[in-house]
Amino acid sequence: MKQFVEGSHAVAEIIKATNPGVISAYPITPQTHIVEDLAQMVANGQLKSQFVNVESEHSAASVVLGASATGVRVYTATSSQGLFYMQEVVFNIAGMRLPVVMTCANRAISAPINIWNDQQDSISLRDAGWFQIYAEDNQEAVDFHLIAYRLAEDKRVMLPVMVCMDGFILTHGMETVDMPEQDKVNKFLPNYKPLYKLDPASPISMGLLADPDYYMETRFAIQETMKESIGYLSEISREFNTVFGRDYKDLLVEEYQTKDAEKVIVAMGSVCGTIKEVVDQQRAKGKKVGSLRIISYRPFPYARVYEALKDVPRVAVLDKAVSLGAYAPIAVEMKAAFYGKKKGPKVISSFVAGLGGRDITLESIDEVFRRLTVKEVNSDFIDLKPELLKEEYGD
Amino acid sequence: METNALFRPGHTACAGCGQAIAARLVIEAAGANTIIANNTGCLEVFSTKYPETAWGVPWIHSLFENSAAVASGVEAALKFLGKKDSINVIAQGGDGGTGDIGLQALSGMLERGHDILYVCYDNEAYMNTGIQRSGLTPFDTNTTTSPMGSGSSGNIRPKKPVPEICLAHGISYVATASAGFPQDLTRKVKKAISIKGPKYIQVHVPCPLGWRYETNQMLPVAKLAVETGLYPLFEYENGVLANRKQIVPKPVEEYLKSQGRFKHLLNNPEEIKKIQDIADNNIKKYNLKVEA
Amino acid sequence: MFGPLNVNPLKSKSGKTGSWRTMLRPHYLHKDCIACRMCLMICPEGCVHGKEKNTFWVDYNFCKGCGVCADICPKKDIAMVSEESKGKD
Repeated sequence: MKQFVEGSHAVAEIIKATNPGVISAYPITPQTHIVEDLAQMVANGQLKSQFVNVESEHSAASVVLGASATGVRVYTATSSQGLFYMQEVVFNIAGMRLPVVMTCANRAISAPINIWNDQQDSISLRDAGWFQIYAEDNQEAVDFHLIAYRLAEDKRVMLPVMVCMDGFILTHGMETVDMPEQDKVNKFLPNYKPLYKLDPASPISMGLLADPDYYMETRFAIQETMKESIGYLSEISREFNTVFGRDYKDLLVEEYQTKDAEKVIVAMGSVCGTIKEVVDQQRAKGKKVGSLRIISYRPFPYARVYEALKDVPRVAVLDKAVSLGAYAPIAVEMKAAFYGKKKGPKVISSFVAGLGGRDITLESIDEVFRRLTVKEVNSDFIDLKPELLKEEYGD
Repeated sequence: METNALFRPGHTACAGCGQAIAARLVIEAAGANTIIANNTGCLEVFSTKYPETAWGVPWIHSLFENSAAVASGVEAALKFLGKKDSINVIAQGGDGGTGDIGLQALSGMLERGHDILYVCYDNEAYMNTGIQRSGLTPFDTNTTTSPMGSGSSGNIRPKKPVPEICLAHGISYVATASAGFPQDLTRKVKKAISIKGPKYIQVHVPCPLGWRYETNQMLPVAKLAVETGLYPLFEYENGVLANRKQIVPKPVEEYLKSQGRFKHLLNNPEEIKKIQDIADNNIKKYNLKVEA
Repeated sequence: MFGPLNVNPLKSKSGKTGSWRTMLRPHYLHKDCIACRMCLMICPEGCVHGKEKNTFWVDYNFCKGCGVCADICPKKDIAMVSEESKGKD
């Protein structure tokens, strides 16, 4: 049913429809509305979940870890500093193969403290063994949470999923969203049946010490599962389309006018809406441009990216994060996708924009296309204000 | 080999480990319908090295400081499933994992009122990593990070009063116990399990390696801690001191003599006096002296 | 794909920690035992078994020889003997 609704509220509604057993979160802007809405639903008796108000994000993640290990569906949400505070638990959850689903309302990282959107937080946890899927708009934010539970709880997978949505832009933005009906949710997402759980009827020990004779295989297994899951994502997308009538193709990338493009911008999240707008404008003027949206950041779809862009001469990668002292994160993946291959772009230039919530406008995207020349650039910052920079510290 | 034992032999604790004794007594007292969340530490490491486990009950280890939070999640899940009334939840860890790095998670668990028993195995240092000083290391103790030297007589700070911190949260049961008083520990665990809400038991567990005594001296060492007044055994129910082990106080020097970690104090009457003061304060505060 | 993960206690092996003993082992005299069960309660391994008076025994596959049982016995009915001594079980 179509509703004009705030992104956070739409996410809360879809989480309610999945009926988690335990919800636990700690407040941090811009995730707050999601969790507040869920608290209200519990208070009104509309949601039967146990709602645990914890004293930190580290404990929020620990609570959902313990609850998931006891065999119930769980949910948590966080951003930025909160995600970093729970980092060791995040790695722990993946290592213990627990199907936790978390919303990351993407926000910049301190210092300096900044509550506005960029993707540094989730990107900085890319090694954790969690799936990371990025929503472009609130419809996707809603749909991806359903897909997340379906993927995480699959007995072939049993890995946690982070659904990333740009803070404020999506969380606090109002959009028309087709909210999935409960009966369809029930059809697509069956009740969670744990593969293993804490139960006195059948005791097990979880979280043992694994010495050098046993540790490496646990990591290898997660790596292999992530590789296998590239195929599962397509499978789940087809199931989703059958039930809800929305086609996310392989849930890996979205190609927009890339077929005959001479220049393509690659990016993740809501900025892709703006990019597609500029692509349309430039195409109307006869310029052969396109955009590639990365939906699944982990596992990174190297083969799919290669297939999409192997005939495109110039590619710009727009990162909303930076790896200080090295090439930008998505740019590195893009270069790796083509290195040593027969075909590929002649130029893969890397741009950084939107850090700390600096607006990426239509003009900003025009600028990226302009700077995408035969000369490759790395971590070229867009919309930088040089007047704020000085060589030496002082007045 | 007992296949219905809840804490099985074959684990790799040091010979004579006080914590192994206490951990086994705790789970035997709580029974098979118990789920345990365990912090990183000696107990976790020696009882669950893949592919072996000593635990006959469902057991989970996550990180160093979060067993109280993990247990909160287990308890919430059981509530959701409607099973909480028939299953006990225990969160446990060492003194460092409970009172230092784990204090936040413990406080949250107590404040939220979860139906969980928290057991702290207090061997008074970070033993698993090599006998480093914790917040619960007693005054003047020789540890690797509060060593005695020409300019120091050991740990310069008093023992962090974690039971009192728990009491300040307004929970209905707080107790101290000792591996040297196994029946008392068993009784306290059974009583705690029968109460709904958050409970805290801190068990004094001698460590032959870290405290430096012969393995077969566990009992005398543990008893002297209590009989000098240095480790009072008490029970608070609903915020009121309901019970304490009354003693005929022995001089602290007897306790200090029994372990190598206090050896450096034996010819230092000034320091011994300071420790005697600590014991005397406890005796006064909890009214430990047996009435004449 | 899954790697090493959870362990079922019924399928778990147990190391024979009895091999740790190098010096002393407990010898239960079965003379003055009052079945107080303190030896059974206090064993860190949980390898003391028994129920009635003079029936308590040690599983030497696991006993590490710490000597706490001998120390706690109120009747001094447990002696710590040399590990070398034969025929004392």
